[in-house]
Amino acid sequence: MVKLRRTMMYVTGNNPANVMDAHLYGSDSIMFDLEDSVSIKEKDSARILVYNALKTMDYGEVETVVRINGLDTPFGRADLEAMVRAKPDIIRLPKAEKAEDVMEVDNIITEIEIKIGMEVGTTKMMAAIESPLGVINAYDIAKASKRLVAIAIGAEDFVTNMKTTRSPEGIELLVARSQLVLAARAAGIYALDTVYSNLKNDEGFIDEVKLIKQLGFDGKSVIHPRQIGLTHKIYTPTEKEIKNAIRVVDAIKEAEEKGSGVIALDGKMIDGPIVDRAYRVLELAKAAGVYKEDEQNV
Amino acid sequence: MSKNGVGREIPNYIEGIGHLKPYEKPFSVIPNGNKAGAKLKRPLPHASKMVESIEEVIIATGLRDGMTISFHHHFRNGDYIVNMVMNVIAKLGIKNLRIAPSSLSTCHSSLIDHIKNGIITGIETSGIREPLGTAISQGIMNKPVIIRSHGGRARAIESGQLKIDVAFLGVPACDDYGNANGFSGKSACGSLGYAKVDAKYADQVVLITDNLVEYPCLPASIDQSQVDYVVKVESIGDPKGIVSGAIRNTTNPKDLLIAENAVKSILASGYFKEGFSYQTGAAGASLAVTALLREKMIEQNIKGSFGLGGITAQLVQLLEEGLMKGLYDTQSFDLVAAESLGRNTNHIEVDAGFYANPHNSGCAVNKLDIVMLGALEIDTDFNVNVISKSDGVISQAAGGHPDTAAGANMSVILAPLIRSRIPIIVDKVTTVVTPGETIDVVVTDYGIAVNPLRQDLIDKFKKANIKLYTINELQEIAEKLTGKPDKIEFDDKIVGIVEYRDGTVIDVIKKIKNSN
Repeated sequence: MVKLRRTMMYVTGNNPANVMDAHLYGSDSIMFDLEDSVSIKEKDSARILVYNALKTMDYGEVETVVRINGLDTPFGRADLEAMVRAKPDIIRLPKAEKAEDVMEVDNIITEIEIKIGMEVGTTKMMAAIESPLGVINAYDIAKASKRLVAIAIGAEDFVTNMKTTRSPEGIELLVARSQLVLAARAAGIYALDTVYSNLKNDEGFIDEVKLIKQLGFDGKSVIHPRQIGLTHKIYTPTEKEIKNAIRVVDAIKEAEEKGSGVIALDGKMIDGPIVDRAYRVLELAKAAGVYKEDEQNV
Repeated sequence: MSKNGVGREIPNYIEGIGHLKPYEKPFSVIPNGNKAGAKLKRPLPHASKMVESIEEVIIATGLRDGMTISFHHHFRNGDYIVNMVMNVIAKLGIKNLRIAPSSLSTCHSSLIDHIKNGIITGIETSGIREPLGTAISQGIMNKPVIIRSHGGRARAIESGQLKIDVAFLGVPACDDYGNANGFSGKSACGSLGYAKVDAKYADQVVLITDNLVEYPCLPASIDQSQVDYVVKVESIGDPKGIVSGAIRNTTNPKDLLIAENAVKSILASGYFKEGFSYQTGAAGASLAVTALLREKMIEQNIKGSFGLGGITAQLVQLLEEGLMKGLYDTQSFDLVAAESLGRNTNHIEVDAGFYANPHNSGCAVNKLDIVMLGALEIDTDFNVNVISKSDGVISQAAGGHPDTAAGANMSVILAPLIRSRIPIIVDKVTTVVTPGETIDVVVTDYGIAVNPLRQDLIDKFKKANIKLYTINELQEIAEKLTGKPDKIEFDDKIVGIVEYRDGTVIDVIKKIKNSN
């Protein structure tokens, strides 16, 4: 089954109540933050809290991600030492600007994995691209490590570096977002969009999710549970899309049974991309609970 | 001692209270006898009912040692009446009174002194907040307090078990002959549903108002045929404490999560259909349920029959949008509801007897489909505690909890699995207020559990793909996070008796240990 990453909810790493129940709200991933949302004075307590939470809590099917501090800070190395041992699904590196940034973290993770007797490669990675240089190097970053499962864009630092601000239409991010999706697709990994901070503007949020879905992003970073449902709704295929996808999949099965090489539906040939799209529609529909494989109905 | 229907040890007799009848089953008591009634009177034509002061009216009623007086709690934490009347009673040197307010709030802390001074020696009510609750749990009274649900209190009064000598009732609008309503004036509280019972059954009825209107006060919730005296005072309450403005819908993610889980249960239950009836509270999650349910009603073109109980702005919205045919209002929770009562013809003020007395010919909760309720603790037998906190101290209210749970087709408890680091699901609740047999569904942020007695609901929920937990599984999830809390230690002294709505004793509350 294809892993869905429609929503990744940020959870401040030193907030016990949120760390305890972040998985209840239905996001595909939760990201415990040790970086920007944790003050300098709280870095140790956040690390210890998230370490213990990952060791003891049962987060069920929800993917766990930890955003560590950069290796250029006094906390990055200690974060890695603790988090590789705590075994989240993914360790997220902030502010990646070049392939070497990813490789450096990869090497340290490998070191720790060997040290603690963990199979090398167990720990997956995600990199956040938050600067013009990072955007330019996006493809190199995306293929810098086998551990890397996704790249994400961080918009706030990026727009500041670009000497602009964020607008409702997001025109200032268009190139960066497109570049990021291109890089991710070329490297065969996931692309995740940045956060939307105005919790009072659902309409603006919905517009932005529609935009990034259309650009090809796999999902969005969210900062509040209320953004999860809104995002999933947009990523949920329509009834018509699901019905069509079921017909495509049925046609393939039928053709396979018959041993027929060419697959046709309504007189039109079905090729690879159509089949892939149909499967993706059904995966999204299944995740949204609007389609069950065995029932074959909507 | 004998063990009652929920396994609690109940003494057969308590000095000053009398013989206790242990609770058996929700509907096992078949009452005998007739309703009680107020004294017959002979008011002369054109005689005035107006009295100058609280002191004069107390003297006029002939109140004396050993009597029972009552109050209502429609002014909630903004109430001035209880303290005003009790302070004058204290000044007059009247002692050994039993007070029977429909509930008591934090603002009534001065009663502690009246208890210490022997002015109050008995309390019968539906709820007691801190600090009075703490004082009672520490054993300040010789005689245990009696806790009754709203329906239970109405039953006790209407059956004559609780005989009220004088009812002191604050009213937001009143004329000089005793016609009063609750929805006009600066101290508007909306429904006078609890007070209406006292007005009908007390031997003497005193109305206290800060808004004397011209005769006749129309419409009247309490009328002249029930009222003996009217007193005008400067102020009967603090409007800020009486009702809030429209309570805004919650943005608390946990409340919303619980509400979403609750709505899933409602939709799957089969009770959400044309003509369904519904009751909910004013807490964040309950309000969110109503808001979400409204969307579903519009989406599925379903209209309800009646909304019941504490009425909120959310329920008024359903009425005004034609999504609910009517509202039965015992208590208005916010200003929107209070105003609606005076404006909307199908927003009906009902008394607590109509609402929930199990021993009249049919109370409103009997026609209820779905009720959303809260809980301080739930045990693995689904018994619910809504009166004593996790430290064993009396601090909340039975309210309509046992009544609606017994009456509704589906009673749903909404609660976070862990509250202030303490699991809400326990082996045995500190105090049983509502028997588990009448609780159907427990909805938490971590998941949903259905009472095994409701196999029909379990089947329906499963069919709707709702992931179900057993109550023990939910308890395990909580305890895995918090550990198992130590048991609270109590002394042997009984400080409270919790009556079930039918008058039997469902539990007793004991004095907390390490207190003088």
